Amino acid sequence: MITIATAVDVAALKETTLLNMGIFGIFVAVTMVIVLRASRNNKTAADYYAAGRSFTGSQNGTAIAGDYLSAASFLGITGAIAINGYDGFMYSIGFLVAWLVALLLVAELLRNTGKFTMADVLSFRLKQRPVRIAAAISTLAVCFFYLLAQMAGAGSLISLLLGISDWGGQALVIIVVGALMIMYVLIGGMKGTTWVQIIKAILLIAGAAVMTLWVLAIYGFNLSSLLGAAVETANNPAVLNPGLQYGKTETSKIDFMSLGLALVLGTAALPHVLMRFYTVPTAKEARKSVVWSIWLIGLFYLFTLVLGYGAAALVGAETIKNAPGGVNSAAPLLAFYLGGPLLLGFISAVAFATILAVVAGLTITAAASFAHDIYASVISKGKADADTEVKVARRTVVVIGVLAILGGILANGQNVAFLVALAFAVAASANLPTIVYSLFWRKFTTQGAVWSMYGGLGSAIILIIFSPVVSGGATSMIKDANFALFPLSNPGIVSIPLAFFLGWLGTTIDKKREDTAKQAEMEVRSLTGVGAEKAVDH
Amino acid sequence: MGNDAHTPDAAASVDFEQVQSTAQFKELRKRHRSFVFPMAVAFLLWYFAYVLLADYAVDFMSTKVWGNINVGLILGLLQFVSTFAITGWYVHYSNKRLDPIAKEIRDEIEGHEFDKHGNRVGGATK
Repeated sequence: MITIATAVDVAALKETTLLNMGIFGIFVAVTMVIVLRASRNNKTAADYYAAGRSFTGSQNGTAIAGDYLSAASFLGITGAIAINGYDGFMYSIGFLVAWLVALLLVAELLRNTGKFTMADVLSFRLKQRPVRIAAAISTLAVCFFYLLAQMAGAGSLISLLLGISDWGGQALVIIVVGALMIMYVLIGGMKGTTWVQIIKAILLIAGAAVMTLWVLAIYGFNLSSLLGAAVETANNPAVLNPGLQYGKTETSKIDFMSLGLALVLGTAALPHVLMRFYTVPTAKEARKSVVWSIWLIGLFYLFTLVLGYGAAALVGAETIKNAPGGVNSAAPLLAFYLGGPLLLGFISAVAFATILAVVAGLTITAAASFAHDIYASVISKGKADADTEVKVARRTVVVIGVLAILGGILANGQNVAFLVALAFAVAASANLPTIVYSLFWRKFTTQGAVWSMYGGLGSAIILIIFSPVVSGGATSMIKDANFALFPLSNPGIVSIPLAFFLGWLGTTIDKKREDTAKQAEMEVRSLTGVGAEKAVDH
Repeated sequence: MGNDAHTPDAAASVDFEQVQSTAQFKELRKRHRSFVFPMAVAFLLWYFAYVLLADYAVDFMSTKVWGNINVGLILGLLQFVSTFAITGWYVHYSNKRLDPIAKEIRDEIEGHEFDKHGNRVGGATK
């Protein structure tokens, strides 16, 4: 087993750079043609933000999987299982189970009551201005944290996959990725973005499936032998048991629960996921989208279980840790071990496509939120026509794209993995309580919504600032200072209940009552689909 | 009607409070909530029970059941199974118990059975 572990020559990875770039270039060329074709019908705001509501449930479900399965899930979870064994697997379970919240409580009701953004639903029966502003701010915050994490992740991927280790070279690749993303979103709008996500999801899941079957074939399709081999290479039977990563101390155990809470309640409140539900014609198609995405995402995480233990058995944790890119290199190294340069090139290209697709989805969400919620409803007080709004959205795309490029270059090399967890925690604290209350609690008021959203957003960010991920630890962002007053790396266990509590408190002590007619309208619309936004007919 | 965003909103002149108070709508709401709420509570409890076991019952989770497959792996895979099962169950329930009644109410409203004053006016134009 030891001889197999050393069979992966990390230095040889760099020789495949041209191949990686070539395969990625083909992906870009193909998707660009599709985006250009799709953009012919981009006329109205519904076309630009919601792809004319013309995608089918299965197409949208695939796009959701493409949006959700970021480089962090693919490379991160495979690497986490390869190194920390079972605890990496627990990560993926939270990411999957979370979709039941979206399926049961959010997707259809949201599709029936909203138009383009999350704020449409939250401000449906409450006061437009304060609620829309709060929802837009939390949308922009979640998108910003997520975007920065993806762009910074691109930097470490580049060093691993393209063999570019100098800062200038990496910055150049980040600029290229960012510029491509701006072009996709600017030209293709939601339609183009969706196609990029669909193609990427198919490539990613197919690639992972091939590798999974390959690994299983090596072990005679016997999961138990694969696990045995992983134990043998790691020389540690504990890789099969929980606790290797999170079981160290009492704090780390609570931290894992906090993370689990944020994952499970945050997914259904991620603005870029919510916005995808508007790209289908009906609530029934929104339901089908979630069903598709649950099957695809579930299947994919089952693959990562095999891939993670496969990398642990065939490549070995030591080789992975010492490779450029560290934990993230488990999946690429396994690909190289199995299929040589060609499979590595394919998997690397897919990883780049993944970053591109996720970043594009986040950018169009943030741009829509700014143009539709802040510009059209607040700044111009609803007087702007749809054309002006889309124009503003397109300009916002460029601004956000440039900010993402700059942020990515600055954050390159920083430990920003916590930003994804923070995005989930903010979504779960700032958005989910208000979504649930406004859909299901008749008495919910504007004051409750505003308190819950700002309280959730503020507490999540403040707790992160005073947590060990920012200061005081060996892996902290600022190593030299220590103002880590809050012991957990994940704020969810405090900020989520707090936001629910504030929503309840703000409502019960509010003397003002909301419009009962609007409440009735929202409830009837949400459950029956009366008056829901229809598909655009071209 | 149909796929045209520019048709006037059929729901614009509807008295929704009237619709909300009908027995039919109350039945739809009851059917929806009596499924999604208990199911949401159940899967959340099951997920957090699993997380607590992984956190605090490491020995139990590490018990080998068959070859190298231990209790933790089986419970983890059961989380996948339960997620798929609840998804299938909800789709079946929606198709059978929610969609037909929602469509009935929608057709009635879009055929303008209720006006602003809550009076039934004319039949649905189906």
